[in-house]
Amino acid sequence: MRVSAIHELWRRWINAISLALTGVCAVIVMAPVFIILAYLLVNGIRSLNLEFLTSLPKAPGEAGGGMANAIVGSFYMVGLALLLSLPVGVGAGVYLAEFGRTRYAQLVRFMADVLNGVPSIVIGVSVWALLVVPMRSFSALAGGVALSFIMIPMIARTTEEMVRAVPHAMREASLGLGATYARTMWSVVLLAARGGIVTGVMLALARAFGEAAPLLFTALGNRFWNFYLDRPMANLPTQIYEYAKSPYTNWHRQAWAAALILILVVLVLNVIARVSTRERYHALR
Amino acid sequence: MSQPETEAAANAIVRRRSGGATFWSDRLFRVAVLACASVLVLLLLFFAYELWQSSTLSIRTFGWRFWVSREWDPVRERFGALPFIWGTLVTSIAALVIAVPLSLGTAIFIAEVAPRWLRQPVSFVVELLAAIPSVVYGLWGVFVLVPLLREHVQVPLVQRWGHIPLFEGPAVGVSMMAAILVLAVMIIPYITAVSREVILAVPQEQREASYGLGATQWETIRRVVLRYARVGILGAIILGYGRAVGETMAVTMVIGNRPDISLSLLQPGYTMASVIANEFTEATSPLYLSSLTEIGLLLFVITLLVNALARLLVWRVSRGEVHY
Repeated sequence: MRVSAIHELWRRWINAISLALTGVCAVIVMAPVFIILAYLLVNGIRSLNLEFLTSLPKAPGEAGGGMANAIVGSFYMVGLALLLSLPVGVGAGVYLAEFGRTRYAQLVRFMADVLNGVPSIVIGVSVWALLVVPMRSFSALAGGVALSFIMIPMIARTTEEMVRAVPHAMREASLGLGATYARTMWSVVLLAARGGIVTGVMLALARAFGEAAPLLFTALGNRFWNFYLDRPMANLPTQIYEYAKSPYTNWHRQAWAAALILILVVLVLNVIARVSTRERYHALR
Repeated sequence: MSQPETEAAANAIVRRRSGGATFWSDRLFRVAVLACASVLVLLLLFFAYELWQSSTLSIRTFGWRFWVSREWDPVRERFGALPFIWGTLVTSIAALVIAVPLSLGTAIFIAEVAPRWLRQPVSFVVELLAAIPSVVYGLWGVFVLVPLLREHVQVPLVQRWGHIPLFEGPAVGVSMMAAILVLAVMIIPYITAVSREVILAVPQEQREASYGLGATQWETIRRVVLRYARVGILGAIILGYGRAVGETMAVTMVIGNRPDISLSLLQPGYTMASVIANEFTEATSPLYLSSLTEIGLLLFVITLLVNALARLLVWRVSRGEVHY
């Protein structure tokens, strides 16, 4: 009897300790987020000023200068990537959701998931061979294309889930009213799923905005303004990389400021993603 | 719920509508989305083709020796990938050793232990970890983590255990150790998120049966939930491994970039991804470029296999939810 009582106590102890340990794990895992954000905030704000936002980089070692061209360049190339990936990604997602039972669709779905895991640097090398070598120049176009290749599978998979979440009663109602299938998809299903699709697109944009590896040898970087598609273009991530490696304190400071801007954009995109999914729940449930 | 029946019925309507060849717009729509989907397949084939094309020179020149040679000498054009394979293996596996228990604990906490109101916020914070760009991890690593490691971890380690090959010194700061820590933090959100999903997919009846037999909550988690979800969790871990293998910017910034094979965690190293990032724009000769591309090809093949395996495992568990 006593033995079993001790055993009982022992089991309760183990239970309590193990459950507490999972909480400890969660705290340890969450800690880096707050630590890194705090460092970014403190170091970034200290180095962020109007000059940084509005002027071009100065010569190495010289005080002052900014990253206006990199900020614009990042938005430029991500916008280009969005233009290329949005129709293809949404189309592929609709295909998977609507005709997803075939063997070919299974393959496509599998490819999308595998593509999501392909290292972005490998995508960079491939696009380098595709565009940079024949064009004989690093270019904004190559950068945008590389980023779009990262976004397409992400958009496709979220679109699939969101289109699938649209209740079939809505399609039946539309079809029953005599609308064609294409019309139903376009005006009813995609409209109902738009909040979710926006979520996927925002998350893909956030990812693309922070990617440096595929831009290292596609867009390269540029110390000056450029708006031409066929010339190298500055962007925030590779600029942070270059500046962090440099021996100049001024550039280190600017790298922090650039990282702060980068993280702010990424966070805003993530918040938009969250908000638009919440709308979907209101609309459908 | 009679969702499947509704879906089947709707699909029948759709099929009659679109397959019946009545409306050209329906057919056009179908062809258009099929074309979009095919882009995904083409993309993968395109990556494989371009990488293979660009590395033929190196493959022809070195053959199998490329993978076993530790010589990396751009001046004399002798290239071997062993140091990079070594660095990738060591950093990715060590990162897993750190990340897996923490991720699993967190996933269990979110799915099973935490009070309901706490689950969403914790998930959100962990997901933020995945949202932070790699280059920002690198920046933080260079200016915060590396100095901290050098002063407060590596110097004491060398003094106490410097005779063990693992901690052979001098304390440099930029090192395998720094890369391992950054990598661990970076893959934790992926392993946590997938594990959480897999654990949530365990049927409630399983838990109830266990409680009914008098098991404590932990016993239920360990013997029933984790056992039921183990294939999916393995998939999550492999997925995390794939991320660790391909991670580039942060690793390049903190690992030190020296093509040596050393047992010591305190010494600089190099990985496959970081050598490409670091030397691609400096590579002047065709053979040099081709060798770097061949490393990219290997990286591509490894991550392809790893991801395919992970996906298959995770699908097996969560099938019936969203996937067929």
